[in-house]
Amino acid sequence: MQQFDPSEYKFGFFDSIKPVYSTPKGINEKIVRVISGIKQEPEWMLQKRLLALKLFFSKQMPSWGGDLSRINFDDIYYYVRPTDKKGRSWDEVPAEIKTTFDKIGIPEAERKFLAGVGAQYDSEVIYHSISKMLAKKGVIFVDTDTAVKKYPELLQRNFGTVIPAADNKFAALNTAVWSGGSFVYVPKGVRVDLPLQAYFRINARNMGQFERTLIIADEGSYVHYVEGCTAPIFTTDSLHAAVVEIIVKKGARVRYTTIQNWSKNVYNLVTKRMFVEEEGIGEWIDGNLGSQLTMKYPSVYLKGRKAKGEVLSLAFAGSGQHQDAGGKAIHMAQETSSAITSKSISKDGGRTSYRGLLKIHKGAKNSKSTVRCDALILDERSRSDTYPTMLIDEERVTIGHEASVSKIGEEQLFYFQSRGIPQTQAEVMIVNGFVEPIVKELPMEYAVELNRLIQLEMTGSVG
Amino acid sequence: MLIVKNLVAGIEGKEILHGVDLAIKPGEIHVVMGPNGSGKTSLVMSLMGHPGYKVKIQNSKFKIGANDMFTLLPEERARAGLFVSFQNPVEITGVSFLAFLRTASKSLRPDEKIPLSTFKEKVLDALGIVGLDESFMHRSVNEGFSGGERKRAEVAQMLLLRPKFAILDEIDSGLDVDSLKLVAGAIEHVAEEQKTGILLITHYQRILHFLKPNKVHMLIDGKTKKTGGMKLVRLIEKEGYAAV
Repeated sequence: MQQFDPSEYKFGFFDSIKPVYSTPKGINEKIVRVISGIKQEPEWMLQKRLLALKLFFSKQMPSWGGDLSRINFDDIYYYVRPTDKKGRSWDEVPAEIKTTFDKIGIPEAERKFLAGVGAQYDSEVIYHSISKMLAKKGVIFVDTDTAVKKYPELLQRNFGTVIPAADNKFAALNTAVWSGGSFVYVPKGVRVDLPLQAYFRINARNMGQFERTLIIADEGSYVHYVEGCTAPIFTTDSLHAAVVEIIVKKGARVRYTTIQNWSKNVYNLVTKRMFVEEEGIGEWIDGNLGSQLTMKYPSVYLKGRKAKGEVLSLAFAGSGQHQDAGGKAIHMAQETSSAITSKSISKDGGRTSYRGLLKIHKGAKNSKSTVRCDALILDERSRSDTYPTMLIDEERVTIGHEASVSKIGEEQLFYFQSRGIPQTQAEVMIVNGFVEPIVKELPMEYAVELNRLIQLEMTGSVG
Repeated sequence: MLIVKNLVAGIEGKEILHGVDLAIKPGEIHVVMGPNGSGKTSLVMSLMGHPGYKVKIQNSKFKIGANDMFTLLPEERARAGLFVSFQNPVEITGVSFLAFLRTASKSLRPDEKIPLSTFKEKVLDALGIVGLDESFMHRSVNEGFSGGERKRAEVAQMLLLRPKFAILDEIDSGLDVDSLKLVAGAIEHVAEEQKTGILLITHYQRILHFLKPNKVHMLIDGKTKKTGGMKLVRLIEKEGYAAV
């Protein structure tokens, strides 16, 4: 784990574009044309959007996962300029959210921003220093809107190749109306030592409901990309449908870390996929705490010999929440290996589901995969399910699958108590211990905040 | 002073202890011996306040100093100075021995401010006394520990948490001779140096070759039947529990 340097913490984008427009509620061809027009996009992108819109209309809602029946597509703004989002005043932010900022120690300057109120976080100076450093190495790190204009060839060649609009209804929707997100290109052999942090917390352009991220790690390169934050993201928008596409070229390595804590009215339906070429390594670390319903299964497509993929998924479901999360590994070449680890916690009537796919294509000889999903259920009202799917078309493979469902044992609690530690505190320590294998993979500041957040969810306070 | 008077307790509606009496002064080492099924573990669990064990409190008395222990939650009993080492300590995945002890120490003595570095040294010392190396500090509590390592780790916890009274449930089982000597030495050390009163509960006489108890009690069929010294131990060694 790298050391936490407070100055790194503030790296992010600077948004200098003054937005001019927002679309009315609902979705149709006109709105998609308007969105593309506002962004002054090239014709190819408009055409992609329009095609995706048709696919969106023609595709069925998923019949599995969580309850999506209450999503009303006509009642959603599909494009809101960042500054319009800030039209809210601090007084309108629910007290609960404000208290949470206090309790998990979010810096004052970031709070208003997180709540969707107030001024731009002043990150210009830091942004310029990091962008200079990256530029020297030839690394591109810009928001995707900018990338479409500045790097049209790279975008046109790769956009939608990992997750085509036709993949699913929400990927189609995202492709039709996307805004924001990041574009990262790391040239051959370049290692980016600092994690690139696309802070929701710092720049509204990334705080879209329909952000679109594309990362290309060229041969032998390395990058760690971090998005999201542990603070609750307060939004009145009820749908978040993002798409993240990643291409890991030969011998490259990409790690993508997400911690999300959307407010509890949000449907969080995100498609994330990595293509991993020969000897490449692709890693997802995906933590989901907030939202009403999350459906998210980061996937690794192991396309080249000896490619490796790893998915670490963490979910916490409290009252009224359903976290339907997991991971997918598709082995398409020989000697590929994958590991999926899922840890979920349900409490106060919350529900977690592990949903996973392991697919090994014929010919992917000597491939290995381990799937491990552990669920911790904290009370009688809460629930956890496991839906693992395995499609194995090759015989010479090694597969391990382990699943466990546990409750906090009376004997464990008593052991803590016998050492002077009260039950509630014992439960927090046990839960933090349960998620430790995933938390230890997070950047330090996230790990600290996540532990605090778990304590907050468990006890209502941070002691 | 730790006082237990006429302790009547049981589990799942079945009465197991029918009248246990003990009086232990600070720094004294008392031993409770008894055959299988005599109620040794029930004694430990009901004194620490395990929720599965029910005590008939209208008859029974348990005091440490002025504290009426049966009115307290287990964690409050710990704060009143009671410590128990368990026969089968549970594993706690993902919680390091160090973090566990640090939290316990803060809960027991909220006013004591010890820097983490100093605390680490103390943990290291405590581990060293029972023959465990530094790696145990960073491992999950009891996870993957052998039977003997668990027992030694329990003793290390006692050394670090400095209770007024410690009840040690079969701390000698699963230990080889060398470990047994270390553990016995540690027990004598806390009794002498920290004036911890010790209640050692055991099935075997083995550990008594390495430490000198002030008193030995026989627990038979849920009652403290006879109290004596090493003479009593030797009698049992020769003739078995039937002799008392």
